[in-house]
Amino acid sequence: MDFEIVIGLEVHAQMNTKSKIFCGCSTEFGAPPNTHTCPVCLGMPGSLPVLNRQVVEAAIKLALATDSTINQENIFARKNYFYPDLPKGYQISQFELPIAEHGKLEIEVEGTKKTIGITRIHMEEDAGKLVHDELEPVSHVDLNRTGTPLLEIVSEPDLRSPAEATAYLKKLHAIVRYLDICDGNMQEGSFRCDANISLRPVGQEEFGIRTELKNMNSFKNVQLAMEYEVRRQRDVLLDGGRVIQQTLLWNPDKAQTETMRGKEEAHDYRYFPDPDLVPVVVDQDWISTVAAGLPELPDHRRRRFCEELGLNDYDAEILTSSRELADYFELALAEYGNAKKLGNFMGTELLREYGAEEIEACPVRPSQLARLLKMIEDNTISGKIAKTVFAEMLDKGQDPEVIVKEKGLVQMSDEGELQAMVREIIAANQEQAQQFRDGKTKVMGFFVGQLMQRTKGKANPKLANKLFQQELNTP
Amino acid sequence: MDFSSLTLHEALRLLEDGTTTSVALTQAVFSRIGAVEDRIKAYLAHNEELALQGAEQADALRAQGQGGPLCGIPLAVKDLLCTSDFPTTCGSRMLERFTPPYNATVVEKLHQAGVVITGKLAMDEFAMGSTNENCAFAVPENPWKAGYIAGGSSGGSAAAVAADECFGALGSDTGGSIRQPASLCGVVGMKPTYGRVSRYGLVAFASSLDQVGPLSKDVRDCALMMEAIAGYDPRDSTSINRPVPVYSQVLERGVRGLRIGVPTEYFGQGLDPEVETAVRRGIELLEQAGAEIVEVSLPHTQYCVAVYYLIAPAEASSNLARYDGVRYGFRAAGTDGLQEMYNRSRSQGFGDEVKRRILIGTYALSAGYYDAYYKKASQVRTLIKQDFETVFRQCDLIASPVTPTPAWPIGEKSDDPLSLYLSDILTLSANLAGIPGMSVPCGFTSAGLPVGMQLQAAHFNEEVLFQAGASLEQQLGIAAKKPVIGGV
Repeated sequence: MDFEIVIGLEVHAQMNTKSKIFCGCSTEFGAPPNTHTCPVCLGMPGSLPVLNRQVVEAAIKLALATDSTINQENIFARKNYFYPDLPKGYQISQFELPIAEHGKLEIEVEGTKKTIGITRIHMEEDAGKLVHDELEPVSHVDLNRTGTPLLEIVSEPDLRSPAEATAYLKKLHAIVRYLDICDGNMQEGSFRCDANISLRPVGQEEFGIRTELKNMNSFKNVQLAMEYEVRRQRDVLLDGGRVIQQTLLWNPDKAQTETMRGKEEAHDYRYFPDPDLVPVVVDQDWISTVAAGLPELPDHRRRRFCEELGLNDYDAEILTSSRELADYFELALAEYGNAKKLGNFMGTELLREYGAEEIEACPVRPSQLARLLKMIEDNTISGKIAKTVFAEMLDKGQDPEVIVKEKGLVQMSDEGELQAMVREIIAANQEQAQQFRDGKTKVMGFFVGQLMQRTKGKANPKLANKLFQQELNTP
Repeated sequence: MDFSSLTLHEALRLLEDGTTTSVALTQAVFSRIGAVEDRIKAYLAHNEELALQGAEQADALRAQGQGGPLCGIPLAVKDLLCTSDFPTTCGSRMLERFTPPYNATVVEKLHQAGVVITGKLAMDEFAMGSTNENCAFAVPENPWKAGYIAGGSSGGSAAAVAADECFGALGSDTGGSIRQPASLCGVVGMKPTYGRVSRYGLVAFASSLDQVGPLSKDVRDCALMMEAIAGYDPRDSTSINRPVPVYSQVLERGVRGLRIGVPTEYFGQGLDPEVETAVRRGIELLEQAGAEIVEVSLPHTQYCVAVYYLIAPAEASSNLARYDGVRYGFRAAGTDGLQEMYNRSRSQGFGDEVKRRILIGTYALSAGYYDAYYKKASQVRTLIKQDFETVFRQCDLIASPVTPTPAWPIGEKSDDPLSLYLSDILTLSANLAGIPGMSVPCGFTSAGLPVGMQLQAAHFNEEVLFQAGASLEQQLGIAAKKPVIGGV
């Protein structure tokens, strides 16, 4: 039997606001336990939450970027449950009337475009952390993270493969980073995702029984975990069994999923409107102000790179995969001018060393790269030498001009000088010269190679070709 | 002269003209506490040493011509207002040894006004109750009659004021918890408009209903205290940013030209005849003073008890979830594992009435019941609000009894929670609608128990309550009448 995979994702993106969502405490990661706390985020008796409006602003940005409908009046609700990392015994979240609903996101998998629905985006506070003692049967509570603002983005069950789910996740990741509302760090948990996965026989309308998958802290783990879970469910179904509705944790060390809790332990969260907070009114003025300040988003930028700069789809997609990379590209382009060549060079040489999101750590700045490529253009160096120079630039952080000068890498373009060498090489390799004249033009590579050897790669390759053609064709 | 029997404004005048000092007033108050507290049991904690330090500072400030408008006046506060120099128990074992790391906004405001805080006053556990019998530590008694309830939940506040154990007190009112004990103890009590006074640092019972307010010896004192505590607080999202009137300036305006509505529904079944007589007599006096009396109707009054006893417990079930034994407060000893620690800490830490309301509230919010209970109650709450909107187009304020009966003996109804819930019927709607309400003494029963009149007005129209309250007080001339406590 053939099955169709159905996946829906719930993403929690931690907002990069300086202070928490309902108090003034810092959101900085990694401080000593319980130092970024106050009566409000500790849930002390009598304390009250006050909404950080920057969180609403971040939510409006994401809503606009995902084509979602923004609720003019939206309300905070309490999600009630007991856990030691939840100091009030409830999480302030949104339930009925979240900030945004009915959005969409376009993804592309193996050349096929697809639109994925976004059910809702809502604002909420993060919980704290339990640190389990390794020696004693004791757990410690760290409430620094309590009250860190989160946006939860819930997709429709529109994803039909782990690859689609990963593409969706990467796209969303790029968007929150373009919008500069989340640092996207999956290791530190500032961008995390839960997946609801089920299988159904192809052609069946009704969804199968789903499991919820948690604890996938990298794109690679997301893909691996979902692939594992799809295989597991398929095996169960093919064996004539039934999938059990449960929450599973991905164990990356064992590369398998493990049961966290079953359906019977499912919570009744007793949501109700939080009486401590007034409804948030998002009027058209506010939306317009935020919209005016939105950066160009990845899809738009990709289209512009194709249409205005003549890049192919593939290069444009790669170059816009992070805001930093696309900014880098455009800064270099402003000085250099040839989008295709720049794109090629960045796609191969630069991205081999630095990921799209690490580009700001690259010691070669856009202007330096532009100047390097210009040196190819004006025949100062060859393309091949440029790669050597670039490696040196990455290593030492020096300007290309300095490296080229210090290492004497300036291209030889003196025709007379090269012609003498060309003649000597032909004279020393009569056999190959004859082959060329007999029509075996491939040996040209051999001759140019010889010249490059003698000039340590500095000979202008175009000129070298021209001179060999000239000399070999004149008997 | 025993300063403790003075009103706040009389004491203030003596301070201002240099006749006395804050130290002397504070000593008088503590001497009074020493004399009557065994019988009244209004305080859960008091600290003479700390108060005298504060009094000395206040005297020093006043000598320099500085200090706030209530500089040097000893007041006490209900034990669910957070104070960093007193434990804040909320009348519960759960918080028996809990001292907050911060002061409630209203406590800060009292400090800024120059007030000397004498101590913390008894209350029903987490403000749940109307007799103060639900306090884990002490049951205050009515100063007018030994063995009788002081009312609740701000019973300690009302009893302390009536017994001259402070010049005034702060209480909190979620369904009548200021007005009802004020009425039963013969003092003035005001529940301000929701949002008028900051809730920051008021330990929450039901957040959409709770409001802090004064209990005082007379209407002028109430106005002075309101001036000190009212106002916008950026730390409370539900507080409203609008100017605070100088309430004490409206007291002489009288009631001429005011239309006072008398709601039919508030004089129905179960109303004690002596209470009715006293209140009707008060209304006549207001009419004689120039007010126009009109009959009005609040048709949804009958639903108030049902609506309130769904919404308040629902909010409470969530507000009280933080008392879990993890971070502060009571934790049961010798438990094995997290679940057992939760269960036993909460079972042992909370009293019966609190548990009852947590259970009711949890039920009302549960999946499958939410629509029928919490949501339906919220819808009816809107109708109750609309009743008042309609009525306040016909009149400026409404007058009624505060409670259907005067105080009763301690223990008489403690096994009958339903009859206690029903006795709140006249005060609940002000909280549900968010409007201000005031209890003003308007007479005594033949047994010598005080009866109060409730005045209610539209949102942020506290001024009209002060006008009418002051007028009634003046007509009756009973504010100076004092209970005799154990021969003192």
